[in-house]
Amino acid sequence: MAPPSGLGDKVFKWFTLAMALAVVALVFLVGWQLARGSSLAIRRFGFHFLATSTWDPVAEQFGALPFIYGTAISSLIALIISVPLSIATAVYLTELAPLWIRQPIVSLIEMLAAIPSVILGLWGIFVMIPWLRDHPFPFLKKIFGWTPFFSGPIYGVSMLAGGIIIAVMILPIITSVSREILRSVPNLQREAAYALGATRWEVTRIAVLSYAKKGLFGAVILGLGRALGETMAVTMVIGNTPQIRASLFAPGYTLASVIANEFTEATTDVYLQALFEIGLVLFGITILANLLAQLLLKTMGSTIKSGAVQ
Amino acid sequence: MESAAIIDPPMITPVSLPQQQVASGSEPADVAPERPPAFAVERLSIFYGEKKAIEDVTLTIPSKMITAIIGPSGCGKSTLLRSLNRMHELAPNTRIEGKVLFAGDDIYAPEVDPVVIRRRIGMVFQKSNPFPTMSIAENVLVGLKLNGVRDRAFLRERLEQSLRMAALWDEVKNDLHKPGISLSGGQQQRLCIARAIAVEPEVLLMDEPASALDPIATAKIEELIHELSANYTVVIVTHNMQQAGRCSDYTAFLYLGRLIEFASTTKIFTNPSERQTEDYITGRFG
Repeated sequence: MAPPSGLGDKVFKWFTLAMALAVVALVFLVGWQLARGSSLAIRRFGFHFLATSTWDPVAEQFGALPFIYGTAISSLIALIISVPLSIATAVYLTELAPLWIRQPIVSLIEMLAAIPSVILGLWGIFVMIPWLRDHPFPFLKKIFGWTPFFSGPIYGVSMLAGGIIIAVMILPIITSVSREILRSVPNLQREAAYALGATRWEVTRIAVLSYAKKGLFGAVILGLGRALGETMAVTMVIGNTPQIRASLFAPGYTLASVIANEFTEATTDVYLQALFEIGLVLFGITILANLLAQLLLKTMGSTIKSGAVQ
Repeated sequence: MESAAIIDPPMITPVSLPQQQVASGSEPADVAPERPPAFAVERLSIFYGEKKAIEDVTLTIPSKMITAIIGPSGCGKSTLLRSLNRMHELAPNTRIEGKVLFAGDDIYAPEVDPVVIRRRIGMVFQKSNPFPTMSIAENVLVGLKLNGVRDRAFLRERLEQSLRMAALWDEVKNDLHKPGISLSGGQQQRLCIARAIAVEPEVLLMDEPASALDPIATAKIEELIHELSANYTVVIVTHNMQQAGRCSDYTAFLYLGRLIEFASTTKIFTNPSERQTEDYITGRFG
């Protein structure tokens, strides 16, 4: 007599467990490979790698600070531009838009996400950059030229252009995730606010956005993850100059861009290892950003639930 | 500490003539009492797209009394209730024919803003729905803050007064900063009632307010409804006939979108004029 059908469940359990572990293992494997691939550079430059700005392959001097700076600033610009736009779009789509218009807009936004990065980069070089150089940039310089952020010569390719193109690329993901989050707000919450005589904006503010803020924060972090690693299009518009300038009109460089640009040229061991270490830093930053976000979400959650036990 | 001054019933002119005690068995008149009615619904039909949810309903809802709307599921009782403060319009493609007069004014007149209507006619829902990110105090005061009230002393006073009227003050007075959703189900529903009365509406609409609660919490809510009727016009939808019988003064029986009968609760439950009402009350269908 066979035992009652235990085998199938066991196989199923171990198979799914193995798959789940494989994903975790993959993350560690990537981290370990990156660390191993850059061990020589880590030993040779130590902490200086993160803290110095010279990137000179000929002299074998490697400092990653301009790239870290570039990745951070371009992602920050991208978030500043795309978060209000995405969330406003999501609010419009869930709360205000007439029903017939919702699906077409959603489809269009999803199409934006489907555009290959390199094509967006081409559009950036040939359309966006010349236009930015001729119109918005001089305008910004005229108004905010007295601050260090909008001073100096305008080349077109710049940190700001890089941030803008990243914003375009992460807009769809933040919008569609935010939309799902807002759609999941129970109608009962909206009704509660409407019944108090709230206007549409007030309903959105007190019943929808505050209910959804945790989820919206998650959507933004998802966008940030994309922004940090975004490579192709940014490389094409950011100017690829390893420098730290306050002016957003100055060219910059990101961690992802330098890897993409220089891997084929990395002829010496140290050069290659330095690029690996750049990869390790990017990997670390992305994971750190995610961990930080989860921590933040936890504290946000506990402010909501604090004192839940009577 | 228990200062009675704060719980003074709010607003509205005191009723001069002592109305006959309705709840205690003596039968109220079948026609609405002398006082001007809260609502006069005139030949009201409500459509969701093509579907007719309410058909040609005419009734008068007396003020400062409890009117129950009963009927089997899908008979349109919620729709009728929601049409009294235009909440049903939140569904897409609604259309009405006929009139709803509130204190003599047509609330569907083109120049009327539903936002203003809803400030005067509050609502409590089937499932309690406090705002989860707000504390107990914030939940109660959110309506006043929407109205631009900033005076802290006034807000504090109104907070206590509303929670007392909702019979919740003693249970939460030390936890006002705690989240509204940390309360039990019955307490949350009373919190929602406090939130609704904090803005001093003239009417409270209640959509099966106790259907998600256990019997003890239900009894508390029913008692509360009875007390509220001293100051407010209450219209309550219920699928629980005992509840309608226990706590209402007038009852409207709705079936398939039509008003079958509207009379004093005592009459509906002891001597209904319509056969369908009797069948429903005695449990022959529904």
